[in-house]
Amino acid sequence: MPRLGADMTAGKVVQWLKRPGERIKRGEVIAVVETDKANVDVESFIEGVLEKILVAPGDERLPVGTPLALIRTEGTAAPSAPAAAVAPVAAAPIPAVAIAPAAVMAAAVPPAVPAAALPGAAGERARVSPAARKRALELQLDPAALTGSGPQGRVTLADVERAAQAAPAARAQPSPAEAAAARQLRMREAIATSMARSKREIPHYYLACTIDLGRALAWLAERNAGRAVTERLIYAVLLIKATALALREVPELNGFWIDNRAQHSEAIHAGVAISLRGGGLVAPALHHADQRPLDELMAGFQDLVKRARAWSLKGSEMTDPTVTITSLGERGVESVFGIITPPQLALVGFGTPLERPWVVNGQVVPRPLLTVTLSGDHRATDGHRGALFLAALDSLLQQPEAL
Amino acid sequence: MNEQEIRDRVIKTLGGIVPELDPGSLKQAKSLRDQLDIDSMDFLNFLIALHQEFGVDVPEADAGKLATIDACVSYLAQALQQRAQA
Repeated sequence: MPRLGADMTAGKVVQWLKRPGERIKRGEVIAVVETDKANVDVESFIEGVLEKILVAPGDERLPVGTPLALIRTEGTAAPSAPAAAVAPVAAAPIPAVAIAPAAVMAAAVPPAVPAAALPGAAGERARVSPAARKRALELQLDPAALTGSGPQGRVTLADVERAAQAAPAARAQPSPAEAAAARQLRMREAIATSMARSKREIPHYYLACTIDLGRALAWLAERNAGRAVTERLIYAVLLIKATALALREVPELNGFWIDNRAQHSEAIHAGVAISLRGGGLVAPALHHADQRPLDELMAGFQDLVKRARAWSLKGSEMTDPTVTITSLGERGVESVFGIITPPQLALVGFGTPLERPWVVNGQVVPRPLLTVTLSGDHRATDGHRGALFLAALDSLLQQPEAL
Repeated sequence: MNEQEIRDRVIKTLGGIVPELDPGSLKQAKSLRDQLDIDSMDFLNFLIALHQEFGVDVPEADAGKLATIDACVSYLAQALQQRAQA
């Protein structure tokens, strides 16, 4: 079970896309795994033949590091030689980017088994015969929900077949509301784990500064004025781009804290916090945010928001962010005091741009002012570095045309 | 297209942005942002969806005129009428 996000501790195989005996190329998608935050494609990082699938789809949530399948590589012995087997992904250190999952929309890959089958999976296991379980999964039935006629109420193959004959309404397909509630619960757990770890391990320092957003907003209004609705930008995209460019100037804030030291990242992948309807949030990566033109960033951001809310993010989007950006400006929040997403080094928070008195050239004038905050990992950087970053960000936002 | 048709299609379009939307409890004259927890990205996507549904491109300067369902209906009715006359 690969780690498909810094805060992922367990996942569930939703579907196998390869059968035993099939050849697998490096980078080929072999399975779909459901994490707390998305359905994610898992790519093989080795080439070979799929020897054996160890985990049936939908069985249960498995801890990160659990072998899922055996892949026989070239030059190793025939199928009967067990020692040659390779687990696709070993327990990976944080943040593991060993596998690069590709895109598969959740809609295209419906879960093979209802999410409601999850709770109590281990306890129910013994009461279902293996053959019955296998058949139930094929039929997309929840074996634990069936009435067993075998010894001690054990669910047998016959019970499964009988249930399959019954009216479709009797199927254990959870309602969308139930599935959403189960996902909500797991997302809360994932956030709890990550945030508790952050507060436990990361000595945060917080800096705030006020930025005059007048120029940026005026530039944006002018740019959007003549454009079709499909070609407009929202100001959050300017903030993302400016943050990414400021990180180029202060790269010490971009990267990870691993093995008791900062590991800076050359690439700047902005993890943009996206709140989900009904609660919870994810912060998937807008890759290379410093290098992409604003139009492209906007399109990428729109796409991310759409897919985040449809629970269909890519694995690389979950694991790649090198920094987190959060904007709580939609509802009048003035300042964000953010908690860093481990193992990242910093979080940049934006409040609401509010029209306020500001002194320009000795005159008090109304300006749209924005409070920007930086939460930094004090093990990796000091306040002075953070201050340089905020100054760079301010300066970049004063030249919006250059973004 | 009469007003009721426009209203139905506006609400259907909004449902594409806000999947949990309950048309029955939607207040026609209350701000969409306030009653549906939509942010600026959602609102822009709503305008894009309206453009696809009605063929009306709402200029940036007019975006504020579509804050409620009632406002959307009257704005679109006017825009469609103008287009028919043009």
